[in-house]
Amino acid sequence: MSAGTQFAAAAGAAVALPARIVEPFMYGLQRLLGIKRMPWVFLVPNLTAVVLFALLPVFINIFYSVSGSDRLYPWDRPVVGGANYATLFDCDNFLDPSTCSRDLFWRALGNTLVFVPVQVTAMIVIALLTAICLNRDIRGRGFFRGIFFFPVMLSPVVVALTWQWILQRNGALNGLISSAGLTPVNWLVFPNTAFFWSVFVTVWAHMGFYTIILLAGLQSIPRDVYEAAKMDSATPWRAFTRITLPLLKPVLLVVFILAVIRSVQTFDELYVLTGGGPGSATMLMVQYIYEVGFAAQPRNFGLAAAASLLLGVALLIFTAIQMRISRGGKDD
Amino acid sequence: MASLTLENIKKSFGAVDVIPGVDLKIDDGEFVVFVGPSGCGKSTLLRLIAGLEDVTDGDIRIDADSVAHTPAADRGVAMVFQSYALYPHMTVRENLSFGLENIRMAKPEISRRVSEAARLLQIEQLLERRPKQLSGGQRQRVAIGRAITRDPKIFLFDEPLSNLDAELRVLMRVEITKLHERLGNTMIYVTHDQIEAMTMADKIVVLRKGVIEQVGAPLELYNHPKNLFVAGFIGSPRMNFVEGRIDAVGEGAVTFAADGLPPLVLEGAIEGANIGAAVTLGVRPEDFLVTDKGWPATVSVAEQYGASSYLHCALPGDRPVLIHEPGQSKAGRGDVIHVAPPAGRWHLFDADGLALRKA
Amino acid sequence: MTEASMSKTDMSISDFLTRRRRRGRFGWTDGLTYAYLLLGLVVMFAPVLWVVISSLKTPANLAEFPPTLLPYSSETVVVEGFDQPLALFDVVGEDGETRRLAQIRRVGIQAQMIDPADPEAGRVLVPVETATPVRRVYLAFENYTNLLASSGNDLWRYVFNSLFITVVATLITLVMNSMAAFALSKYRFRGSNVALVSILATLMIPATVVLVPTYMIVAQLGLVGNLWGVILPTVATPTGVFLLRQYMLTIPDELVEAARMDHASEWRIFWKIILPLSSPALAVVAIFSILSRWNDFLLPLVVLTRRESYTLQLALASFQTEYGIRYEILLAMTTLTALPLACAFIFLQRYITTGIASTGIK
Repeated sequence: MSAGTQFAAAAGAAVALPARIVEPFMYGLQRLLGIKRMPWVFLVPNLTAVVLFALLPVFINIFYSVSGSDRLYPWDRPVVGGANYATLFDCDNFLDPSTCSRDLFWRALGNTLVFVPVQVTAMIVIALLTAICLNRDIRGRGFFRGIFFFPVMLSPVVVALTWQWILQRNGALNGLISSAGLTPVNWLVFPNTAFFWSVFVTVWAHMGFYTIILLAGLQSIPRDVYEAAKMDSATPWRAFTRITLPLLKPVLLVVFILAVIRSVQTFDELYVLTGGGPGSATMLMVQYIYEVGFAAQPRNFGLAAAASLLLGVALLIFTAIQMRISRGGKDD
Repeated sequence: MASLTLENIKKSFGAVDVIPGVDLKIDDGEFVVFVGPSGCGKSTLLRLIAGLEDVTDGDIRIDADSVAHTPAADRGVAMVFQSYALYPHMTVRENLSFGLENIRMAKPEISRRVSEAARLLQIEQLLERRPKQLSGGQRQRVAIGRAITRDPKIFLFDEPLSNLDAELRVLMRVEITKLHERLGNTMIYVTHDQIEAMTMADKIVVLRKGVIEQVGAPLELYNHPKNLFVAGFIGSPRMNFVEGRIDAVGEGAVTFAADGLPPLVLEGAIEGANIGAAVTLGVRPEDFLVTDKGWPATVSVAEQYGASSYLHCALPGDRPVLIHEPGQSKAGRGDVIHVAPPAGRWHLFDADGLALRKA
Repeated sequence: MTEASMSKTDMSISDFLTRRRRRGRFGWTDGLTYAYLLLGLVVMFAPVLWVVISSLKTPANLAEFPPTLLPYSSETVVVEGFDQPLALFDVVGEDGETRRLAQIRRVGIQAQMIDPADPEAGRVLVPVETATPVRRVYLAFENYTNLLASSGNDLWRYVFNSLFITVVATLITLVMNSMAAFALSKYRFRGSNVALVSILATLMIPATVVLVPTYMIVAQLGLVGNLWGVILPTVATPTGVFLLRQYMLTIPDELVEAARMDHASEWRIFWKIILPLSSPALAVVAIFSILSRWNDFLLPLVVLTRRESYTLQLALASFQTEYGIRYEILLAMTTLTALPLACAFIFLQRYITTGIASTGIK
């Protein structure tokens, strides 16, 4: 509490002077507009930013996806209808990306479809296991919690460079392997190992976040529920499956949705760690959007927008299904 | 100091009429208590007077000035909130002076007013503390102090004692009454506790569903409730009710009958009593006297308070009644006692719940 | 298995799956827990520690395989007739005698060596496997000084850019979000739900999905390559509004009403009453804002096209290719970039974790 108060005090001091000017101004507005309209005055700055940088872009993006050329400004772009979508879907055989005119899109989509379930499952299982361990009456709980959490604070670039340094040909991992008498592997050069480490590194970097949420969920389950279960001679496994998991369900659901949304958006770590390679083995959708819209010349904003809209729609559908399921659960 | 007039005040939230129309006149210097069960609109009425809610229709006048559309701060009223609403991050002194600083009062005048209010409420030694460091009673005093420093025309209290324990509540009740005597301001006090209403008010306003059921001095309401609701609400424990009919009307007496009960002769005359009319008889627990005649009541539980006793009894036909007996009752579980109200200590209500006036 | 031991195992499994061990007993589940946590300690912490250690190694030491655990530096000697200092090796001769020689160059499995004590004796060919380098533990802090020296003012510019973006964006976020949260928690007005929903709906829009149009708007505002082009699109965080609103809802409305009766203007109520009382939530929002602004990558990558507007993260990522061979600089830079947050973490750990736990927001 005190750290927060101090922080607020410091932040307050930094804006105290402008506030001195703001107060008469706001008071004048209140006189002018009346109290009833004041909430809108308070909302205007935030709403402006929301409209300008969140809502407006969605509509512009829709226009981008149905217009062509490499021009940035919408008014310079000719409408091409569904051409961008048609390009993305231009395949002879949908099961074989190499028959598509934009094979990278399909490879990125395929990679994402494998990456997300694997990464989310691994993330939740490990985070739950860690949370259960941290919830026990162990020595050094705060310390261990900090250890599992701190990678969340690291920037994606730092995370990627750290692991690159360990996984590189002459890195620490190969050093350990060779000193154990085994053959070193060039981890990031082979598609399968690169994919494995992509999952591993992203889980490593983010699991602490979910662990903290799950830990809070576990701690909110009252102890006497377990004592009651014990009096009801419930077996331990039943206590876990019939008490812990159901009571944790709302938290697990939140964790699941957040994990999926973030997993689909994975970009920074892999961009630095593998660059999407080898080949396109670890290129996910967001990187594809970045490559098409920004890295490649000429920049194909239309294609990037079409791909990103498809991604957005997929996320929307996923969230809607999740909401449906969770609401259905409540009706039971 | 000021008088307050409510003229046909209406308030609705959306389609719900919380207050369908209230007329009320409060005189200068009066201590008025709004009382009623929760949801009766008493708090809303207070907030309308304070200016925290806008009236849907009607007019509020303080003295001769209409304030229905004046902002809360400019009405010259001060409010003590149920939760006290002390600013948690300010010291007591800052809490007391915040409002005065807002109107740019001169510093010496602020400190004069603050120390005067502090002295009046005996919170001088608490001025540099924060609300968190105060007990419930002390917070209560600070909240009142904040109202006092503003020197308002009218004080508004919104259930101010409901967060205190029973003992402290009795103490604060007395203090607020004394404060009213000393300051002489008009005070409006909202509570759901009829004991607070009875003990503090010059005038009680009983509200139900946004409608004023009765206005009057405490004992007037106690002795002459206008209807079943007021009769049941005022007085503790509440009045016993027995449904029945008027069997006979005599000179200075009425005979009340109910199925399974022997007829009871009630001494005292009432207006407009028709033989055969369905009525409800109301008798307060303290008015049921144990006699050798009257209704037989079977004691189920006898509560001994020491100074008095409460007998939970059942009349024939499983009608529960509560009987107050002064001193320590000798009756025990299963005993049958005979009870009847003395002359004039009973109330009859017609089928609409309105009291039949005593002649 | 006897019944007693069965029930005992049962108890400990149940403790493991459900709750904590009772004090004074150390069951096998505790062993398992500690084993898991220690494994976690190694997996989570060792990589970062390894980077820090590596950043203190000399380039020669870094190039070794398998890598050494501690930073070593080879002993060198200046031999007459050679411009560069030569590395010293202990060489076991065929006769089993150890001689200390300086290596001139390595040719396959042979190394050309010379005796520094007696250069006149000429070069000798020695099999590599008989030679072990002479060295001592040495912390190569010059990696850091070299980094600062070689990048010169550039590095400070990156630090300044990152700091500027983080501080300014966080301050704006705090003020703007809390203003909106105040409006959405302490007023009943027509359109409040629409405003709330439209702010929260942006939660559903991944930043990456609207990357192109965001860039377009930034470009239209003339802010490409400008730090404000990274600041403005990020300030209206829906999570911040949501978190602050939820917190402000717990502040009694009566305080606002009391203040209003105390002649406080609406701004004054916000600034003097609500804002100070929201400081715990403000701190959480501030921490998250600082974290994500400091670590931000994709938006700066797209918007900050000029080298002098790079943030630390962009510079670090670009160093990866530029200094691809100069690992010691890259590692030092990585450590430096992570350092501020590591410090922040030590002080604010409790705060951050409770903040996440109570809101599920990052």
